[in-house]
Amino acid sequence: MYDSGKVIIGLLIFAGIFLFPFVYQHGAPAEKPKPSLDTPAIKALPVKKCVEDTHFMITTHMQFLNDWRDQALRDGNRWYVNKAGKKVWISLQNTCMKCHSNKKDFCDKCHNYAAVQPYCWDCHYDPNGSKL
Amino acid sequence: MSMDRRKFLKVAGLSTLIGLGGSSAFELLKPGKVDAEMEHEGHHGGHHGKAHKKEEDTGPKTRWAMLIDMKAITKEKAEKIVHTCHHAHNVPNWGDPKNEIKWIWEEEYEHVFPDSYNEYDEILEKLPFLLMCNHCDEPPCARVCPVEATFRRPDGIVAQDYHRCIGCRFCMAACPYGSRSFNWLDPRVKLKEEMAKGRKLNKRFPTRMRGVVEKCNFCVERLAEGKQPACVEACPDVMHFGNLADENSNVRKILRARISLRRKLELGTKPSVFYLV
Repeated sequence: MYDSGKVIIGLLIFAGIFLFPFVYQHGAPAEKPKPSLDTPAIKALPVKKCVEDTHFMITTHMQFLNDWRDQALRDGNRWYVNKAGKKVWISLQNTCMKCHSNKKDFCDKCHNYAAVQPYCWDCHYDPNGSKL
Repeated sequence: MSMDRRKFLKVAGLSTLIGLGGSSAFELLKPGKVDAEMEHEGHHGGHHGKAHKKEEDTGPKTRWAMLIDMKAITKEKAEKIVHTCHHAHNVPNWGDPKNEIKWIWEEEYEHVFPDSYNEYDEILEKLPFLLMCNHCDEPPCARVCPVEATFRRPDGIVAQDYHRCIGCRFCMAACPYGSRSFNWLDPRVKLKEEMAKGRKLNKRFPTRMRGVVEKCNFCVERLAEGKQPACVEACPDVMHFGNLADENSNVRKILRARISLRRKLELGTKPSVFYLV
């Protein structure tokens, strides 16, 4: 083998860089994201409950928001009646984000963890922030 | 068996007719039959005589329309209306015609009504006509949209679904009024620039993204909240908004009393923006 010293050293360096993340984490999964519910609007709520129950919102909010979008925009129906029979105004920017006024510590936390880039934010934005 | 030329033609002709569909070919070619068929089709399609009458009988309950009073409009008011609309919907001001986005804009009489232009009418000639989406009864944009991103709501509003728009711009080619604008560039870039200079966003309304077509939406988001469109709120003496389907509505009363013009009626799009002259 020509230049065996250089090749072997090179391979070792490559293997070191490649394996670094696994060694560094000791094989443990990354820390679970904890979306923050610490906003003034949520604190002021007597019962800390979203439009539907928490489990439903965590697992189904993507389809749920899609349904809301189609109802409001395409059917022109801006009222949603939840399982408890309460009427809610359908709007991402004006209803969801009124309570969840911390996009960075709420929405982005899990989306970054799951490496998803929902295109909601191409047009919608956090109305509480000063930036677009 | 021998067959002469005459007999051969007879047999060939008959078999062709039978081949065309047997008895139905004879039936179809009966006088009067074709017209009846067409009328029947029209009934389903909704474009011909009978069908139209039927639609009027049951009729929609709401048919939104905008009236623009050209006797009350001034340059300042027109500018105020455009400014209010574009700020209410976070429309960036690119300041160059290639990239510009416009929901409502000013134009000269000569260009608004090219076929009824009257060079001796010096008053009309100088007025700032406000152009916007005409929210047609028969919107050509909705017919050509391949993904149904633009569609006609039952209340007559031609809505645009930015989630669904793929930016093919067929609708822009189809619209005879030039009411649609395409986001060639990211509107947020310009909005941020303008915000640095003191522009305020309407935080209740989203922006758009690059690659979608947008236009006036008759303030559908404000109507849902029971408000009047932003332009009407800005200049209630110039802009009148109301329900055409209701005989006693404000717009029907004004239309009875005043002379009104609509743009390009000959195309059959049935626009619902009226110019009171």
